[in-house]
Amino acid sequence: MAKELKKTDVVLVGMGWTGGILAAELSKKGYKVVGLERGANRTLADFQMMHDELRFAHRFEMMQDLSQETITFRNNMKMRALPMRQYGSFLLGNNVGGAGTHWNGQTFRFLPYDFEIYTKTVERYGKSKIPEDMTLQDWGITYEEFEKYYDMFEKTIGVSGDETPLGAPRSNPFPTPPMKKTPALELFFEAAKKLNLHPYMMPSANLSENYTNPDNISRPACQYCGFCERFGCEYAAKADPLNTVIPVALNTGNFELRTHANVVKILHQDGKAVGVKYIDTITREEYIQPAEVVGITSYALNNVRLLLISKMGKPYDPNTGTGVVGKNYCYQTFGASAQGFFENKQFNLYAGAGALGACLDDFNGDNFDHSDLNFLHGANISITQTGRRPIANNATPPGTPSWGAEFKKQSIKYANSVLSVGAQGASLPYRHHYLDLDPTYKDAFGLPLLRITFDFEEQDRQLVAYLGEQTEKIMKEMGADIIQAGKTLGPYNIVPYQSTHNTGGAIMGSSPETSVLNNYLQMWDFENVFIPGASAFPHNSGYNPTDTVGALAYRAAEGIDLYLQKGGLLV
Amino acid sequence: MVTRREFLKGAGIAIGGMALGGGIVAGIGSMAHPSTKEKHHFKELPEYNKALMFFTPTEHAVIEAAAERIFPKDENGPGAKELLVSYYIDHQLAGAWGNGSKEYRQGPFYPGEPTQGYQGHLNKQQIFRLGIEALQNEAKKRFNQSFTSLEGSQQDEILQAFEKGEVEIKGVSSSYFFSLLRSATLEGVYADPLYGGNRNMEGWRMKKFPGHQMSFADIIDKDEFVVIEPQSLHSQHHK
Ligand SMILES: Cc1cc2nc3c(=O)[nH]c(=O)nc-3n(C[C@H](O)[C@H](O)[C@H](O)COP(=O)(O)OP(=O)(O)OC[C@H]3O[C@@H](n4cnc5c(N)ncnc54)[C@H](O)[C@@H]3O)c2cc1C
Ligand code: SF4
Repeated sequence: MAKELKKTDVVLVGMGWTGGILAAELSKKGYKVVGLERGANRTLADFQMMHDELRFAHRFEMMQDLSQETITFRNNMKMRALPMRQYGSFLLGNNVGGAGTHWNGQTFRFLPYDFEIYTKTVERYGKSKIPEDMTLQDWGITYEEFEKYYDMFEKTIGVSGDETPLGAPRSNPFPTPPMKKTPALELFFEAAKKLNLHPYMMPSANLSENYTNPDNISRPACQYCGFCERFGCEYAAKADPLNTVIPVALNTGNFELRTHANVVKILHQDGKAVGVKYIDTITREEYIQPAEVVGITSYALNNVRLLLISKMGKPYDPNTGTGVVGKNYCYQTFGASAQGFFENKQFNLYAGAGALGACLDDFNGDNFDHSDLNFLHGANISITQTGRRPIANNATPPGTPSWGAEFKKQSIKYANSVLSVGAQGASLPYRHHYLDLDPTYKDAFGLPLLRITFDFEEQDRQLVAYLGEQTEKIMKEMGADIIQAGKTLGPYNIVPYQSTHNTGGAIMGSSPETSVLNNYLQMWDFENVFIPGASAFPHNSGYNPTDTVGALAYRAAEGIDLYLQKGGLLV
Repeated sequence: MVTRREFLKGAGIAIGGMALGGGIVAGIGSMAHPSTKEKHHFKELPEYNKALMFFTPTEHAVIEAAAERIFPKDENGPGAKELLVSYYIDHQLAGAWGNGSKEYRQGPFYPGEPTQGYQGHLNKQQIFRLGIEALQNEAKKRFNQSFTSLEGSQQDEILQAFEKGEVEIKGVSSSYFFSLLRSATLEGVYADPLYGGNRNMEGWRMKKFPGHQMSFADIIDKDEFVVIEPQSLHSQHHK
């Protein structure tokens, strides 16, 4: 029998970026908030042995333990989905801070085009430009309406950045100046300018200088230590819920953090949530935490899984295109790239930071004419210097064997002489890409795993071919002696790491027929449930997701406050 | 426990300021090895790490030989054998990685498509045992000798066949075993020496990788290449 606890104003499922932001904003307003996190707490003292490539980058110390829970995957509906038994394509967060502890900190706004992608595409190219099975739709909010939430998140984390003429317009300058420009990034800048492109420094949540945020939290400047993504920052220079929003929430006295609390179900009655059920992973005792409002903040994939397990909202049916929960699962289209080997130049590539980079948007969104192209949207093109750690980085010129004497010689020769320009492609929704519950495989608690049905399409292959040309041109201009260009794309493969940018499945929009959430991230069918997260994206842009995820959480916090005051659907 | 304040202070970085100590990048422009005193000190101790937790001595000898072919000694520096990679692999297999304790191991098991990743029910301990046995069998079949007594080029021929998936192993493909052996070898060359390989950080020195350093803030935007004497996590922990 589950033990029923005292009711609270707000209960949050998961304490990563979205949970942390809701906790801070709502506890500051005086609401009582309980944060449930399946993992443990973490403090800076836990980060003393951080510079260990094997443990954190290859044994995934900070990530979800797959023996307890994973996902299943298939490329299409005809295949049998099988469990992701080992890590590969994406890395799931665990513990307080979530993936927000071991992210890179590349912090991009999406483009105005993204929020009205359907309308703007039809306006410029006509309806026929959109493939028949591409379920493109607007977000139910415009960039102009949404801009202030970006501003809030960016001030909280102190984004370091540079103005760019082609990116999304800003009401305020970046809170801190861009990071240091290294010789490798300088080469990219010069080459891009010669090609009449518009390079700028990548917006970064690794601080360029000491910064105090509006909540009065001070953090020091980044030391370019080179152990950033997949690692926690021992300096607190990289923004992490642990060093920004969570201490703010705890300070109010209105927030209670409960760790080792694995939520297994959202409880509901007559179209309203009444609370959540969770299992203490240490004692295995079951608890019920009643609440006025439930915030589902457990990462995009788990947000959708919890809805399906709790039987909330109408599950999406790919055969009829009806239903909404699980619809428009998207990812990120990598593959367009150019790797350049330099004969007589060594760069200090062991040094770097997760979001140290230079990039351009000339081929992103609808910044270029697609009339004669067989794809929509595009990619941010970038070069990054994140620290070339030696286990992971053993690039050799094309034709070199992958082991043995020649491999050793070449991988050592070019260890500090190889640069790469890549494109982070948008991922657009298709009718047959979706999330549902796996019929066979279960987690450690006996609950069904989430099943992902996804593949790359002709859209992605065309995008990669076109963007690959552009990255190759830039690398040539940068003066590399040997270039290996990536211009082709096979099927989606869950084995190599690509990005932890899983999106969609509980999307926002302007109608309950086509979306799970309204533009306050409030469920159409359950007015006291709010789900900020990349699960709300109707498609994924040619950028990293978290600036938008954080902004959605600020928007949801405003929505929850409004709801607790007046109730009802806010839109 | 070292606090962040002590940590930052130790790194010569004032909290709220940027006073970088000169000590951090000592060794700039040189390929200086550790002070002879320290080297000497370590030389006097037995290498307790050179013992086995998982392999039999024969299995160990096969892995030692195979790893050396993957990452051989050359003019750049030591190969897998001298870097103690085989001991690294032995120690890794004995623990969580060898047991697959953080992998999803529930059935049912189906072969699946390559895009779905490893779908076998064998853990890495089992795969290495089977793989080593197959290396020996192949050596016997092709050259009527043990793998360890073959010429380097003969060992390469066998490893290439494994890499291409041409050798039958019951329960796992030879190419999967080979890919595990290759990645474990590179780990043993380049992981922090605390794991038992990368002996005396010689793997890092070949790549001019400085290991664990507190800060690169004052060299990150410099044009010239800076060689920094490596430090392992031992320096962070040991006082
Ligand atoms: C290696 C890596 C690099 C990345 N780099 C970037 C980048 O440069 N830029 C960018 O924009 N994004 C990046 N990301 C993505 C970014 O980390 C995520 O977008 C972001 O953390 C999502 O926030 P979230 O709150 O939705 O999920 P998370 O931050 O992951 O938090 C979810 C939390 O919920 C908990 N939880 C899950 N299920 C339950 C349950 N049932 N009960 C209780 N708790 C639960 C989890 O343990 C976790 O702590 C990166 C991710 C990774 C892994
Ligand atoms: S690179 Fe900078 S932000 Fe990243 S972990 Fe190191 S000090 Fe922190």
